Amino acid sequence: MSIHDLELAFQDKIDNEIKIEPKDWMPEAYRKTNLRQISQHAHSEIVGMLPEGNWISRAPSLKRKAILIAKVQDEAGHGLYLYAAAETLGMSRDQLVEDLNSGKAKYSSIFNYPTLTWADMGAVGWLVDGAAILNQVMLCRTSYGPYARAMVRICKEESFHQRQGFESLLVLSKGTKEQREMCQDAINRWWWPSLMMFGPKDSESTNSDQSMKWKIKRKTNDELRQNFVDMIAEQIKLLGMTLPDPNLKWNENRKHYDFGEINWEEFWNVVKGNGPCNKQRLAARNKAHDEGAWVRAAAMAYAEKRKNKLKTKAA
Amino acid sequence: MNILIKKFYYGDIPDGASENEKPNTHKLSETSWPLWEVFMRSKQGLDHKHAGSLHAADAQMAIENARDVYTRRQEGISIWVVESKYIHASNPDDSEMFYEPSEDKVYRHPTFYDLPDEVKHM
Amino acid sequence: MNKSSNQLIDYTLYLGDCALILGQRNAEWCAHGPILEQDIAITNITLDVIGQSRNFYQYAAQLINAVENKNVTEDSLAYLRTERDFKNLLLCELPNGDWAQTVLRQFFFSTFQQLLFEKLKDGPDEHLSAIAVKSIKEINYHIKWSGEWVIRLGDGTEESHNRMINAVNNLWMYTGEFFIAADYENSDLILLKNKWLEKVKDIFDEATLTVPENVFMQTGGKTGNHTEYLGFVLSEMQSLQRTYPGAEW
Repeated sequence: MSIHDLELAFQDKIDNEIKIEPKDWMPEAYRKTNLRQISQHAHSEIVGMLPEGNWISRAPSLKRKAILIAKVQDEAGHGLYLYAAAETLGMSRDQLVEDLNSGKAKYSSIFNYPTLTWADMGAVGWLVDGAAILNQVMLCRTSYGPYARAMVRICKEESFHQRQGFESLLVLSKGTKEQREMCQDAINRWWWPSLMMFGPKDSESTNSDQSMKWKIKRKTNDELRQNFVDMIAEQIKLLGMTLPDPNLKWNENRKHYDFGEINWEEFWNVVKGNGPCNKQRLAARNKAHDEGAWVRAAAMAYAEKRKNKLKTKAA
Repeated sequence: MNILIKKFYYGDIPDGASENEKPNTHKLSETSWPLWEVFMRSKQGLDHKHAGSLHAADAQMAIENARDVYTRRQEGISIWVVESKYIHASNPDDSEMFYEPSEDKVYRHPTFYDLPDEVKHM
Repeated sequence: MNKSSNQLIDYTLYLGDCALILGQRNAEWCAHGPILEQDIAITNITLDVIGQSRNFYQYAAQLINAVENKNVTEDSLAYLRTERDFKNLLLCELPNGDWAQTVLRQFFFSTFQQLLFEKLKDGPDEHLSAIAVKSIKEINYHIKWSGEWVIRLGDGTEESHNRMINAVNNLWMYTGEFFIAADYENSDLILLKNKWLEKVKDIFDEATLTVPENVFMQTGGKTGNHTEYLGFVLSEMQSLQRTYPGAEW
């Protein structure tokens, strides 16, 4: 078969909702796009552990402490599932981690914002995980099999994250004056970065949308962002808090909420590495990896020794 | 002003966007833990089913890692692990000759046979 | 309050404090582990011991409220007592150090905890017995996990071996305290010492490590005489409860 025929057969499978599996023929660009997306997604989970892990030692009750630890640990699990999916495309975990640690690979910019108060744990769970879930639910149907399966597993676990975030804010919103202020402040700080998670506006994209054609992605940035705004604009009423956008308003014609303009200069700067915490996040990942090197080496050395011992015994 | 804006998704951030990127100076370790495939029995009486993969230094650690990673929500009661390199898989290119010849053997399926309603439980 | 109910409360708090402070320390590894799989593994242990501490505190709160007509909760016990009130073993509050020190501390502690809980299980107090039964299942895994790491690192590379020796040197002096009974404990505690040593020796043999001898032992944790580290652990852990008194979270 010529490459052209293979490509046609490939697109035909995609159009018929047949999943692509690791050993199947796929265009090189499809492999690369998936590898980049899946690994960036994995890195986002791993770096995402840091801003929340930051508050584990200070969680204000034992129940909240246990919930937060379980949540951050889930993110480690999600990173692990996704790294495994990326490995099916031919890149080793080591290489993936090296790319993150060297700054070559990217992760979601949202995790370069600091978690300043306890209320941020709630706001991150509700807004950041809420935004992530919209993407992730869509990705459960993505065309690459291992990615879709990882996402199904992740989505099952993720809904607890958003719920606990909202519930935690709900308690603050009914608490003391200081707690209510803390709650509003966290929402104010996390709202715009959460909207940025969906990426640039569709109209400003210069790429032809190969990702949609290949069904790696099934909804545009603006569609997902609008879903998110519509959802949050309703939920916030239950908290008795406000979103920091004077232009947020229900539009009866569109049957959607209108909302204000994102600060794109900030967006691109955080992507480029100029966010408040880019350096700390990478430094923390590098430190953990470097300090773990001797541990990983020792475990392998011991495994080798034991294998040899067993061999000698058998002989 | 002409600003090039590329499409950017959650989990799809353009490469090379960073100003602070440092060259990849780390050397890949020769002591990296191998990859394992994990199979789990979710409850007594069911087959072991592929649950996912992980890294571990040896089989014992792979089982324990599988316990720690894949049974956090009581998903399993029995674990198998096998080092990924020992899995042999059929080739998708063989699909036609492997799987399609059985398509016309409809007589292998019970629904192929029309029986009078009076014959029950067959 | 009579002496025995007072003792039971102190003893229950002691058990809760050990679990909580060790959990607080182990939690520092979350997001910073040497490899993803082990980050997840140690965090499971963290969640287990924090769960144990909550069980003990809830029972202690029940005991205290019954005799003193107070409104103590698991959280007031964890967040509103001071450095001198905490009764945890010194071992639990020590900094994590490297992975070698962390897994060795876990192994020492879990091995001791298992012996202690086996006794609690058959003891006269139904509540403590029930908590022990539930916890022993967790502890058995903690011993397996940490013991295997002690062996792996002890008999791994030259560097890991040296780091294990270093960890043994740092931690051994905090293990004598396990077996010295505080006035709220039964004096037959000393009987556990040989069993503990035996288990440690088995693992050390496999790990090519030597059990230290004639080490002067540090004590005081059980009666609130702590290392300087505990104050920092508590001020971090308790900061929100102290800053916003009476708030619900």
